[in-house]
Amino acid sequence: MENKFYAKDGLFKSLSFISALVIVLICIAMFTVLFIFSYPAIKQFGVIHFILSDAWNPVKKIFGGAGAIYGTIVTTVLSLIFAIPTSLGIAVFITQICPHSLKKYFSNAIELLASIPSIIYGMWGLFTLAPIMRNYIEPFLQKVFLPIPVIKYLFQGTPLGIDLLTSGLILSIMIIPFISSIARDTFELVPKELKESAYAMGATKWEMIKDVIFPYSKVGVLSGIIIATGRALGETMAVAFVLGNDHNIHLSLLKSSTTISVTLANEFTEADFRLYLSSLFYLAFILFIMSFTALGLAKFLLKRIKK
Amino acid sequence: MNLVKKRKVKNIIALSVSVFAAIIGLFWLVFILSSVLVKGISSINLSLFLNDPAPPGIPGGGLRCAFVGQAIITVIATVIGVPIGIFGGTFLAEYGRNKKYTAVISSLADMMTSFPSIVVGVFVYTIMVRPMGHFNGYAGAVALAIIMIPIIVRTTEETLKLIPWEVREAAFALGAPYYKVIKDIVYRSAITGLFTGILLAVARVAVETAPLLFTSFNNSFLTLNPNQPMPSLTVTIYQYAMGPYKEWHKLAWGASFVIVLFVLVLSILGRWIISKRYGSE
Repeated sequence: MENKFYAKDGLFKSLSFISALVIVLICIAMFTVLFIFSYPAIKQFGVIHFILSDAWNPVKKIFGGAGAIYGTIVTTVLSLIFAIPTSLGIAVFITQICPHSLKKYFSNAIELLASIPSIIYGMWGLFTLAPIMRNYIEPFLQKVFLPIPVIKYLFQGTPLGIDLLTSGLILSIMIIPFISSIARDTFELVPKELKESAYAMGATKWEMIKDVIFPYSKVGVLSGIIIATGRALGETMAVAFVLGNDHNIHLSLLKSSTTISVTLANEFTEADFRLYLSSLFYLAFILFIMSFTALGLAKFLLKRIKK
Repeated sequence: MNLVKKRKVKNIIALSVSVFAAIIGLFWLVFILSSVLVKGISSINLSLFLNDPAPPGIPGGGLRCAFVGQAIITVIATVIGVPIGIFGGTFLAEYGRNKKYTAVISSLADMMTSFPSIVVGVFVYTIMVRPMGHFNGYAGAVALAIIMIPIIVRTTEETLKLIPWEVREAAFALGAPYYKVIKDIVYRSAITGLFTGILLAVARVAVETAPLLFTSFNNSFLTLNPNQPMPSLTVTIYQYAMGPYKEWHKLAWGASFVIVLFVLVLSILGRWIISKRYGSE
């Protein structure tokens, strides 16, 4: 009888161990598969040359990832510029200003933004946001910024609504809940005594937030921002609708572009020869490394706070 | 006096900026939901659910095949993903509790929940679609399962860790082997949390698009065979929204309406269960 129990327990244990191992296996397998399939392109174009060249020409069989990498980075940076202030404001509102009874509903509402599927963001961006950007916001921005030297290069071109700016804006809406919920959690961790001593010194609420809460929770907020970066880097559908697919690098934010994930979505099923497909795998491999690094860094920082 | 006034004004400005940020956040939520619901509701009719796509120009087309395909892919993904996820999470929280490599696996799972889903699609394409020679529904389901597993692993681990250790010790003291303790004591007390985790994971993967693009692909006919390319709502929305026809856009909005409603109901339900079960703490 006892032996049967031991056998069953061993079975259960190994089954659960194997299941946990699946996580590791998937990661390793992804890395290996992406590397093997991108190897022909790595050999052909090298690392530095591929990253710096924006020649993406399937007809001449020359590929460079710079266009897609540039688009990925610009949309991500734009989204962070829009999202960080908003998310911090939201977190301050939830933890410091919002009446206690409404707190839960408000944070749930903001977190709902994270559960809206990316395809919906894309649809909405294409049919609702892009026309608004094209007809009202982008002409307005051009009116304001075109007379200013240097900055004017960011706003040149015909406003189409299908461009880097719109994509960055949509991405920012998607990542707001990630930053704001981590910021909210770390704001809540600030010891009450610290806050009260600031008030006892006669600080206003804003001074307390600026000089006590922000310094205390900067690592947590930073890790939230990095997680959001990881999200924004790999987002596909939300930007696929509103970015066009242009591998050339334009300085203007009002021009269409492409990101790594959008390139994959648009061209992966059309790649008809080995080097083309391999170059796409190369891009996927770069994206894999980029988001893995970002998420790993965030994880490391979060671990440090918990200690 | 002047300085105090300046500080007070600064305070009010800063706090109003924060309120403004909160309003922006809510504004986006309301803007997106209302435009999807308003544009979608006019496309909701019986033929959306009961008919297959008609050629452009002919009225009365629907998306029956996409609804069926989506359901089949999601069910297969759930069948693959849930047991692995639950078992994996159990190992992390129970058998491997204090081991160093457990923390590594747990962090890895956490990172995988934010992974670019399109890379998962590329990966599954190489391991399943290429060897089999054609796009198929199974590959789509595997891609979704890969996204689902880390989510369930993490929620399971967190939920099981909430069960007090003394409960297990009480069962050990009665002579119960560990697997029985897990099965009859731990799972039983954690069932609500586990269920919610599964619910949220299903809600998350059921609306993924990117991993399906190169795996289950698309198809405009009703198919019940997952060994064939399978249509799914999300990929169909992508294709139709990018297409030139007004009817296609209308169908895409209708499908978006259904998807948004599905996600909202599931995530509100999940949150409600959590707050009911754990809210009293």
